Amino acid sequence: MSDNLTISNLHATVDETEILKGLSLTVPKGEVHAIMGPNGSGKSTLAKVMAGHEDYEVTSGGITMDGAELLDMDIDERSREGFFLAFQYPLEIPGVSNANFLRAARQARLPKGEEIDAVAFYKEMYAKMDELGMDRKFTGRSVNEGFSGGEKKRNEVLQMMMLDPTYAVLDETDSGLDIDALKVVAQGVNAMRSPDRGFLVITHYQRLLDYIVPDVVHVLVDGRIVKTGDKDLALELEENGYDGIKEEILATA
Amino acid sequence: MSTETTTNTAWLSSPPVKGDQQDMPEWYTAFQAASWERFQSLPVPSRSDEAWRYADLKKSRFETLQPAQSATAPSVEPAAFGEACARFVYVNGEASVAEVGDLPAGVVCQPIDQAIASGDERLKAYFDVEAKRLGDEKFAALNGAASIYGLYVYVPKGVELSGSISVQHYITGDSAPVFPRTLVVAEDNARVSIVETYESVDSDEPGLSIGVADFHADRGSQIQHVLVQNLNEHSKQVHLATSRSGRDSNVQTVVLNLGGAWVRNESLNYMLDSGADTQIFGANLANSHQEFDQRTLQVHDAQHTTSDLLIKNALYDTSRVIFGGLIQVRPGAHHTDSYQSCRNLLGSDQAEVNAMPGLEIDADQVKCSHGATSGQISDDEIFYLRSRGIPADDARRIVSCGFLNEALSKVTGSDLRDWLEGLIAKKFDQVS
Repeated sequence: MSDNLTISNLHATVDETEILKGLSLTVPKGEVHAIMGPNGSGKSTLAKVMAGHEDYEVTSGGITMDGAELLDMDIDERSREGFFLAFQYPLEIPGVSNANFLRAARQARLPKGEEIDAVAFYKEMYAKMDELGMDRKFTGRSVNEGFSGGEKKRNEVLQMMMLDPTYAVLDETDSGLDIDALKVVAQGVNAMRSPDRGFLVITHYQRLLDYIVPDVVHVLVDGRIVKTGDKDLALELEENGYDGIKEEILATA
Repeated sequence: MSTETTTNTAWLSSPPVKGDQQDMPEWYTAFQAASWERFQSLPVPSRSDEAWRYADLKKSRFETLQPAQSATAPSVEPAAFGEACARFVYVNGEASVAEVGDLPAGVVCQPIDQAIASGDERLKAYFDVEAKRLGDEKFAALNGAASIYGLYVYVPKGVELSGSISVQHYITGDSAPVFPRTLVVAEDNARVSIVETYESVDSDEPGLSIGVADFHADRGSQIQHVLVQNLNEHSKQVHLATSRSGRDSNVQTVVLNLGGAWVRNESLNYMLDSGADTQIFGANLANSHQEFDQRTLQVHDAQHTTSDLLIKNALYDTSRVIFGGLIQVRPGAHHTDSYQSCRNLLGSDQAEVNAMPGLEIDADQVKCSHGATSGQISDDEIFYLRSRGIPADDARRIVSCGFLNEALSKVTGSDLRDWLEGLIAKKFDQVS
């Protein structure tokens, strides 16, 4: 069994428009990969497809997680099997407290008939909230309702910490964050880096990668990975913009 | 007139008074007699009446209205919303439990028929002072004419009761009605919370409750009243509540409808002096053929008064909900702040909501909003929950419960809220 998250020649459409046009990459356990790309390159489509959003149709190609076909799993099954997506725009769930939400997610991972240990659960959640600088009042508040942009993203990272995924995809986690919130979120992610976990960090800006330093950077343009390099590739992109890359590709084509 | 009289006779030919009624003071027997006359003279609800628009009138016609007879007490567990300072259990209107703890001096907390019989003058001053106005006058008159039972609470100046007063009503008996009445008087700066539950003795026998509840909040006082209707699927309930809020007082009413075949709730709320604040919260979970018909009135009769109405309904199968609400800002009630919101979650194509929010403003510098919305469960919310590993069915249940729980988010008391949320969750287990 392979210890990685592999996307192979992935083609996906939304409303019959092809957005992903043969995307391939591999994230081994223990590594942090970044995907950078201009608006409309397919970054968020990739995240939604991996999570199983029903508006997106995979027309060919596949994704495996430690050898298992991710696309054959139900949305919720993917999560229970170790996949996590931190949303670019986390949903608000009125009337459902953050604590109950997390508890239901943890409960879903237990065998049928087994009840979650509430005391241990709260203790763990509070410790992780402290780590993220989240006020305790967020446990009783409805999921993401009335949260600022930064609070929502912190809440995504809290969920990631509580669900302990094998592979985590962060979709534009830096959008809507001021620099202080960005640092806290990055710290949370960095604390979770481990030989047993892989990360795929999707971002438009290099800024996030100053704080979550990637092992590998992929550049996504028009639904395909057009260039792969080390962290310096991100700096190069920041310098020359995506147009520079596009020209480079056209020149070598 | 002759047709109406005929219909009335079909409903009932003599007042629903039990043979063994105890000796009552003259004012009360006169009130009963006047109520009976009023009941006979009032027309039966008709659909041409705005107050009964959209209602299924067949459901408010009754075969017999002879009072329910004694019934055997079921085994009853105390309702688990925290500490109760007094607890009553009634089975078809007869007390099977009446436990009153050590209440502060001056507090009266006793069965209302006993309080009337004892000649309580204060009770008399507050008894039935505000007429019903939203189409249920006939039911109110019937309640007045009947052998009543229920709770009288008087909390004197400055006394805050710790713990709620719990009243558990159990009914049964081939559609024969019970006639509960609750009267709560809170003097200046007093504080009291009452939780009433309605349940059926068994799951098959239809029951009927035609009840009245009146709340009087003096200056700076706080009254909380919670009504949980969880009757069996064959039973019916009419519940008519009136609150009168004085200066700087707060009245909070909470209605949770879970069971019952047909329910009619009338809620009249008067903000009578500056600083008066009323909160009207409702959460209703309807499935099968259930019909919940709710009419509300928020009357602002003084400057700087506030009110907040939030009713949320979740509907499944072929259930129906009717909401008719009116905010009235009377002349001179400037600086009123008043909200009215009815929100509906439609869980089935065959479920039906008729919402009629309304507003009448006769004052200046007023902030009012009213509105009704209906929608379906959001696919994106479900996706979000599923993306965290929560199976689809659980995700739908959690989001739907959350929708209803939101109506309870401002209910005072976290134990109480948790208990109410638990009841909603339990009913959801029966909803497909």
